[in-house]
Amino acid sequence: MKPAPFRYAAPASLEEALALKAEHGDEAKFLAGGQSLVPAMNFRLAQPAVLIDLNGLDALAYVKAEGGTVRIGAMTRYHTLQRDKTIGSKVALMAEALPEVAHPAIRNRGTLGGNLSHADPASELPAVVLALGGTLHARSKKGARAITAKDFFVGVLTTALANDELLAEIELPVFPPRSGTCFLEVARRKGDYAMMGVACAVTLDAGGACSDVHLAYCNAGETPVAAPKAAQALKGQRLDDKTARDAAEMAKGEIRPFGNVHASVDYQRHLAGVLTRRALIAAYGRARA
Amino acid sequence: MSTRSFGQPIKRNEDARLLQGKALFVDDVELPRLLHAAFVRSPHAHARIRGIDTSAAKKRAGVVAVYTAADLGDYWKPGPLLLPPPPIEGVVFNERTQVPLVKDKVRHAGEPVVLVIAEDRYIAEDAAGDVVVDYEALPAVVDLEKARDAKTGFVHDDLKTNVAAHVRQTKGDYAKAVAGAACVIKRRFLYDRGTSLPIETRGVVAQWDGKADRLTVWDTTQAPVFIRNGLAAMLNLSERQVRVIAPFIGGGFGPKIMMFYPEEVLLPWAAMKLDRPIKWIEDRFEHFFATTHERGQLHDAEIALSKDGRIIGVKDVFLHDTGAYDPYGLTVPINSQCTLLGPYIVPNYDSTFTALFTNKPIVTPYRGAGRQHGVFVMERLLDIAARELKMDRAEIRRINFIPPDAFPYDNQIIYQDFAPLVYDSGNYQPILDKALKAIGYKQFLEEQPALRAAGKHQGIGLVCYVEGTGIGPYEGAKVQVQGSGKVSLATGIGTQGQGHYTSFAQIVADQVGVAVTDVDVVTGDTDQFYWGAGTFASRGAVVAGNAVNDAAKVVRQKILRTAAEHFECAEEDLALSNGAVSVVGVPGKTVKLGVLADEANPMRGAVKPGTEPGLEATSYFGPEMGATAAGIHAMIVEVDPETCTLEIKKYVVVHDCGTVINPLILAGQIHGGVAQGVGNAFYEQLVFDDRGQLLNASLADYLIPTALDVPRMTLDHTVTPSPLNPLGIKGAGEAGAIPVGPLFAQAIEDALGLPGQGVELNEIPLSPSRLWELAGALAKIDTSATRVR
Amino acid sequence: MSHKVSLTVNGTAHTREVEARLLLSDFLRHDLGLTGTHVGCEHGVCGACTILLDGVPVRSCLMFAAQINGKSITTVEGLSADGKLSPLQEAFRDAHGLQCGYCTPGILTTMTAFLAETPKPSEGDIREALSGNLCRCTGYQNIVDAVKLAAERMSAKP
Ligand SMILES: Cc1cc2nc3c(=O)[nH]c(=O)nc-3n(C[C@H](O)[C@H](O)[C@H](O)COP(=O)(O)OP(=O)(O)OC[C@H]3O[C@@H](n4cnc5c(N)ncnc54)[C@H](O)[C@@H]3O)c2cc1C
Ligand code: FES
Ligand code: FES
Repeated sequence: MKPAPFRYAAPASLEEALALKAEHGDEAKFLAGGQSLVPAMNFRLAQPAVLIDLNGLDALAYVKAEGGTVRIGAMTRYHTLQRDKTIGSKVALMAEALPEVAHPAIRNRGTLGGNLSHADPASELPAVVLALGGTLHARSKKGARAITAKDFFVGVLTTALANDELLAEIELPVFPPRSGTCFLEVARRKGDYAMMGVACAVTLDAGGACSDVHLAYCNAGETPVAAPKAAQALKGQRLDDKTARDAAEMAKGEIRPFGNVHASVDYQRHLAGVLTRRALIAAYGRARA
Repeated sequence: MSTRSFGQPIKRNEDARLLQGKALFVDDVELPRLLHAAFVRSPHAHARIRGIDTSAAKKRAGVVAVYTAADLGDYWKPGPLLLPPPPIEGVVFNERTQVPLVKDKVRHAGEPVVLVIAEDRYIAEDAAGDVVVDYEALPAVVDLEKARDAKTGFVHDDLKTNVAAHVRQTKGDYAKAVAGAACVIKRRFLYDRGTSLPIETRGVVAQWDGKADRLTVWDTTQAPVFIRNGLAAMLNLSERQVRVIAPFIGGGFGPKIMMFYPEEVLLPWAAMKLDRPIKWIEDRFEHFFATTHERGQLHDAEIALSKDGRIIGVKDVFLHDTGAYDPYGLTVPINSQCTLLGPYIVPNYDSTFTALFTNKPIVTPYRGAGRQHGVFVMERLLDIAARELKMDRAEIRRINFIPPDAFPYDNQIIYQDFAPLVYDSGNYQPILDKALKAIGYKQFLEEQPALRAAGKHQGIGLVCYVEGTGIGPYEGAKVQVQGSGKVSLATGIGTQGQGHYTSFAQIVADQVGVAVTDVDVVTGDTDQFYWGAGTFASRGAVVAGNAVNDAAKVVRQKILRTAAEHFECAEEDLALSNGAVSVVGVPGKTVKLGVLADEANPMRGAVKPGTEPGLEATSYFGPEMGATAAGIHAMIVEVDPETCTLEIKKYVVVHDCGTVINPLILAGQIHGGVAQGVGNAFYEQLVFDDRGQLLNASLADYLIPTALDVPRMTLDHTVTPSPLNPLGIKGAGEAGAIPVGPLFAQAIEDALGLPGQGVELNEIPLSPSRLWELAGALAKIDTSATRVR
Repeated sequence: MSHKVSLTVNGTAHTREVEARLLLSDFLRHDLGLTGTHVGCEHGVCGACTILLDGVPVRSCLMFAAQINGKSITTVEGLSADGKLSPLQEAFRDAHGLQCGYCTPGILTTMTAFLAETPKPSEGDIREALSGNLCRCTGYQNIVDAVKLAAERMSAKP
């Protein structure tokens, strides 16, 4: 389990990194936290010819609150996000999901940008970013473009990034008052990828009925999967056991899990139902608090 | 005499080195001009090799040699059969042992086909990738029943069957006895594959020193002496020319003993051929294929009981998955067969097993070594019987216990050590009493309805087992007092974390009156001790421990004799303590052991006829048969009925392993065993597809329990010494792991009230997903074979 | 192509030429001879290879030696000075927190950093912090107790 040979470059600036990527295209890979890429290289499942190390680019590690949004630099590590007050107060859904991602030593290296670019549909954070309706800002030698979370994840380990593009920033909207969020998952062991996970956000109108609901799932298909119909059906409704159950039933039909050695498809679907109901009720409680 | 250390929770001698990263493990061996090996392993479970092209690999810079089976010439031989089948009437055994490199047909995924040796492991892996093997894939033999019924598609074509062995053992006459039974229960039980997964993988470093004419091999083996002897024979060397060192080993648990692994055969050969040292360290991916597995069995079992719950007999017919080869003989299935009987009187027993070759990695003992399967079947049958007879689960066990006055108790069948299965000693009722009290059995059952009403799904489980431990053949030990006053102790077994550096030192320290820290223990170096079998079957403490005790006693005598001459007094007037001998009651008359050691080995003057120089002795111990330990585990578990995830609320172990040398080390052994049992029960499963491909060959997907999955355990002991050895000890290495499967099944069933819904958990491992499926499959269990009169 | 790296390991400065693909774990073990750092999986799961990188626990099997220019590393060999065990190491010995000792170096580095951040941990905190380190021998109970013991002793001392 030793990696195949590659050329290593540690660019000193973003421009340099982008130039290298433009030069080598698919042959090159960015190295962020390395917590997914290096295992894949050790198994020789990934054999990039060139590795562009982003770890020297401190300018890509930041959390900024601006107006109604929070902007996160791609190289911000989980460890930092977990301890960041802005994330804790304004992006509580992510804060709740982060402890479920791997273990402390992995979180000391892993980055948000690396996680989203890796686009593992079983990962917690793509579902979180999808539920939050985030926008992903890509950069290349040619310029910059914004991609919605919905469009960013296109398949298993596949994103909308072109082969000269880097994910530079993640922009997340802050929910209005009377909003509550909840992240829940069931994993085999703490720190494992979830067998099923749900990221949920609920916003209430003045009367206490749902005005906006977001539901997104991890390990529920080839990408993080949203359940727009279930979310839509809750609009204008009060959340109680019955409405939560109905929505959960609907969501179960919207996801497309494919099962694995740990969980059958039926069990995954069943979990999605249980977790949806529980998460909706919890998020609702938080929205009212 | 010094304060006795035997029986005390002495801190370990080896820890200071281990804690500072100063202990030598095999991969830590660095030698000048060291080469590195990697293997090309078959991606297919079953395939014929049509051709191998190594030309590109040979051309790669840094590659030193590339070998296929053809290059081995006469050295290519199937490995030895480690244990022939026991002398049981009518036994069928087809011996097929593993080969160093595959010649014609691959029999399991990961089987080694080509050996690549290069300047470093990175290049060796590059070159392994250059090799092109032309395979003709064959349908794989995976499923046990299909393997049994196969008319074509054999793992070993020449056998024209996949049967590796067939054994029937009986006691009494079950067929006759069953007619008088009030209750007969028949069920199918499945126990799937797992792997031992030590955190250190296997590894071998081989060095040929042409000038010294000697081969040195560092090996992660549990049995260095066997490896030395085998290598010497294979390589046409004298045993004196081969030194095998098993240094610190990062966990063994059984599979590190499967001598000979292909790598153990090939590296020494190649090191001699190339005249350069070579290292091979198994990587974690290789480990899932190249190190042996355990545990696939399918039982069709039946129990007959009287109306008051007494066992009349048990009948069991089971299939055992031995993998592609069977070098370890019948140890695992015979353990299952024998251990099923448990602490109970089973007047009639009829057990038949068929071991089958499959296109999966080889099966050899892993902690428990088949015992857990037997325990699973018996304990589940008793749970079901208790339900049918409306009896309490603890009570049905209690009334069937072998009474304390019935020992030695002869089960009238043959055990894995070829000796009759006779339990040496035991007293089971006190274990049960302690366990029930510690878990709060009665109180829990009283509270359970209220918990249930409050939506808490908690259940309790209670499982009994016995464990045959400390089997022969023998071990030896050499104890020697050095001029420095320190005492050295050498034994032939290897150690993999069991604390032998301390527990053996305790035995010596007490005999010769030195501090435990002054006893320097060497294990697993064939140059230090010539003879031995190895560390397996919970035998280290029992067999080697008694040899150590005996040798230390002889040295004590020699010390006393030398000191008596020194002081010109009688031996009876002398006392040993604090590393010195003193004349009792005469202050100042004290001589240090080191001085006596020198006096016993004088530079002038002859050693008297009939005496030997030095304060040294070597002794051997071979028990006539194994000592039988026993125990009970109990737990309370809470299940989330929607997600089928668990939380273990309480876990109790009460154990009787005879006399205890070091309770600290014993507790550690039990904790570790339970953790492996928990893994086996609820987390760990090797999942093969129908092509024999392992689907979860990584630590991310083969789930060993973490600190959050293993509960805090409460331990208690009873002590029934073994009459079979002077120290009275019984082994404890495997006890923790054996009963956990049925315990989980029972407690989870209870928590979810499954039996009331016609659902039973008769398979291991469980998982949330599987549990959900089973619990949802209401009333699918065939209970038609149950009859209660 | 090789890369020059200068770094400090356990307080000692080193400069070496390394191949790009050389894993940090192999560099520490085989180039620097610091074999106390163990390797159990090379895919980040077992935790045996955990070292402190500028004080922070990370998997050395998931980094390249080429990445550590200018960094400071502590391995298990750096936790004790002059053969005197650290309070955590001492507690592991007292509580029998190790058997084969293979997982131990990674656990010691991880827990050293954990106790620095969490001086008064609960059992739950300890188990959570430990959950990324696999031990196959001990069943964890004595490791948890050792960490607890170390925390108590360390907070008792001023
Ligand atoms: C033991 C273990 C357990 C884990 N458990 C979980 C878990 O439970 N949940 C979970 O979500 N993850 C888990 N992970 C994976 C972890 O979260 C990774 O950190 C994450 O998936 C990748 O982030 P990274 O920064 O390490 O990226 P890297 O591994 O460096 O990169 C991942 C991929 O993204 C590309 N990339 C990186 N940054 C960029 C960028 N800015 N622009 C474009 N492409 C980029 C890389 O080229 C590579 O292809 C686990 C990992 C380990 C080792
Ligand atoms: S070797 Fe690095 S985590 Fe296992
Ligand atoms: S002590 Fe052996 S793996 Fe932890």
